[in-house]
Amino acid sequence: MSSFLAIADPQAARRLFLARSGLALSGAAVALLAGRDALAAKSGATRADDVRILNTALGAELEAIAAYQLGAESGLLQKPALGLALQFQGHHKEHADLLAKTVRQLGGKAVSAKSKYGFPVHTLKTQADVLRFAAKLEQGAVSAYLGAVPLFGNRDLSKAAASILGDEAMHWAILRNALGEDPVPIAFVS
Amino acid sequence: MAPAALVAALVLAAGAATAAQGDAARGEQIYARCAACHALAYDRVGPRHCGLIGRRAGAVAGFPYSPAMKASGIVWNVGTLDRFLAAPLRVVPGTTMTYAGVPEARERADLIAYLVRAGRSPAECGSGQ
Ligand code: HEC
Repeated sequence: MSSFLAIADPQAARRLFLARSGLALSGAAVALLAGRDALAAKSGATRADDVRILNTALGAELEAIAAYQLGAESGLLQKPALGLALQFQGHHKEHADLLAKTVRQLGGKAVSAKSKYGFPVHTLKTQADVLRFAAKLEQGAVSAYLGAVPLFGNRDLSKAAASILGDEAMHWAILRNALGEDPVPIAFVS
Repeated sequence: MAPAALVAALVLAAGAATAAQGDAARGEQIYARCAACHALAYDRVGPRHCGLIGRRAGAVAGFPYSPAMKASGIVWNVGTLDRFLAAPLRVVPGTTMTYAGVPEARERADLIAYLVRAGRSPAECGSGQ
């Protein structure tokens, strides 16, 4: 990354910087999201924008849950990889629950899971294929949250997104490690 | 071809390549950032990218686009992609692609080069879409 200021909007860059400096979050800090007062203080337009961001993230989390389900049921994963997949799926369920709850608190309608996902099942033939598929989704999720952090009108939501980003970056690293790849190949995610 | 003309042709070709094309191999790495929401060949949280070049924005049948994207009037090509990907929410306010964008022009050029190459690849996108 060349500079935080590569982000076009200086205010967004400042928010990104602040979000980066506040990454160590407790579960309780994330639960702060549920504070209706802070959320209610924001204008209707901002609230609608934030709901849109949360719902897009929720859609991706729901897909990740389905992807891990596919992996777990594929019969291709042995222990300990199977255990990891189920644990990570559990995290995605927690993310999805929190995102859906927050959307509803903001007066929005939370998106639901699709009845069918078009996963490229025919390309998954070995445990390594499944792990590589999951690693790609987790890497993408880290980037997606990074791209959402500077957009929220409400900074508490940026903080929550950064907290989820951290979790998904850990998943990505562990999956790379399980594949025998350098678990942490870079100093900055992008 | 005379040597001077050959040099001129090569210079022109190189100029066109940097202006419009970028490096598709690097672009493939950058495309990993899109992988939470997009795939080339099938719809996910975002629509498929096969068939993107020359397509009207919001035109994949059955994909639940935002009203903003459908009404944007954009046709996807190297130029419109470059503008959109720099700041999606500024170019299409109200889009559900709630992603800050790819601010570096070099990275966008590489990414778009990859999207163009993948769209032409029978292995990635088949013959039709
Ligand atoms: C957080 C999820 C997410 C991420 C990350 C994301 N997109 Fe999107 N993208 C979407 C959604 C959702 C739409 C549909 C937008 C709408 O209808 O307003 C979309 C639409 C698009 C479109 C318009 C397609 C059409 O058929 O009109 C293009 C082009 C695009 N994305 C490219 C990209 C590229 C390239 C990246 C990576 C740099 C990327 N997107 C990252 C979710 C995402």
